[in-house]
Amino acid sequence: MASTARQAKKALVTEMWDDNPIFRQVLGICSSLAVTNLMFNTLLMCAGLVWATAMTSVTASALRNYTPARVRMIVQVLLASDYVIVVDIIFRSEFPAIHKIIGPYVGLIITNCIIMGRAEAYAIKNAPLPAFLDGLGAGLGYSGVLMLVAAIREPLGFGTVFGLELPARAAWWHSWTIMAMPPGAFFVLALMVWAARAYAMRLEAARKAKEAPK
Amino acid sequence: MSAPATPEAAPALHLLVILVSAALTDNILLTRFLGMCSFLAISRQMKAALGLGLAVTFVTTITCALNAAFYWALLAPYGLESLQLILFIVIIAGFVQFLEMFIERVSLPLYYALGIFLPLITVNCAVLGAALFMVNRNYGVVESTVFGFGSGAGWMLAIILMAGIRERLKNAQIPPALEGPGITLIISGIIALGFVGFSGMVKP
Repeated sequence: MASTARQAKKALVTEMWDDNPIFRQVLGICSSLAVTNLMFNTLLMCAGLVWATAMTSVTASALRNYTPARVRMIVQVLLASDYVIVVDIIFRSEFPAIHKIIGPYVGLIITNCIIMGRAEAYAIKNAPLPAFLDGLGAGLGYSGVLMLVAAIREPLGFGTVFGLELPARAAWWHSWTIMAMPPGAFFVLALMVWAARAYAMRLEAARKAKEAPK
Repeated sequence: MSAPATPEAAPALHLLVILVSAALTDNILLTRFLGMCSFLAISRQMKAALGLGLAVTFVTTITCALNAAFYWALLAPYGLESLQLILFIVIIAGFVQFLEMFIERVSLPLYYALGIFLPLITVNCAVLGAALFMVNRNYGVVESTVFGFGSGAGWMLAIILMAGIRERLKNAQIPPALEGPGITLIISGIIALGFVGFSGMVKP
């Protein structure tokens, strides 16, 4: 039991940093960059994504002994679609104004490589609980990056945080429109990937230097 | 079949506007960020980029037409719009599978040339994305087909531009941590900035 817990914790942490889908694998950025110019929209999108990834993983894992290998991809896609439809319906009724903007992107959570990636790489080989945590970790790690992108873009692009204006904005802040537009997302993400990789390389070099003089 | 808001006989100019805006001003990759994964992974070589671009254009055009037809015939009249995701994903996956089998039968060289790209297309969000945007904008079947073609062609244009630039970059000195995805994202940003210049050319 203790080993299961350790394994589960390892799955969660590995997914959140070591194998962070965006920094390390640069996967699944498709559907989500477009919504990161406002923090609240991003938060909703991330909530939907975490839910869909974790639930797809746990279901794919629970069904793993009953799913023929040949059709497992289509089964995973259909599972993901079911959970995304739930999210879509909830957003449509609770946040109609935002759903008008991010609606198509919510549907695109299905083709987010992370869901299929985790289901395929981890869930079909492991028990439901670790699979759930693995999916949760992947979703949270991904959401963390998106929120960071949004936290940079919204203040720079609109001068607001979660829709609230920065104090005395008119006096000192001129909105940086490019950050609210698509190119801004590319630049911010590129700089973040750059920083994360440089940091990882430095860690790697430090580790090698420690091991070398033996 | 009396679907609401399906403008039948759409005038040619209207279709041209949809085509140009889908390919240039609303480029599905550079302004909507769809199909980024394969864009980042496959844009290293011109030949591969061209093959994938053609395959995506073809699949997007056909699946948009199919999706629109099934959506307006099966879902919209009965208020089943919430099932659109399942319908679209099944049609796309089914069509790609069919296409793969068909090409394998008809032309083996083409099958080997496209082979690895076809399965990738099922999870290319540009294909599903085009279908979702066309519903969002209430396009009919003809408009959707044009929109699908425009989106696919725009995607192909972007990946070919990127492949050309990246082939040149092989000789450039890039900070090691920025190599690969980092520099590709920055270049995408600059290309996207260029495409912003197209906005205002047509009013969708």
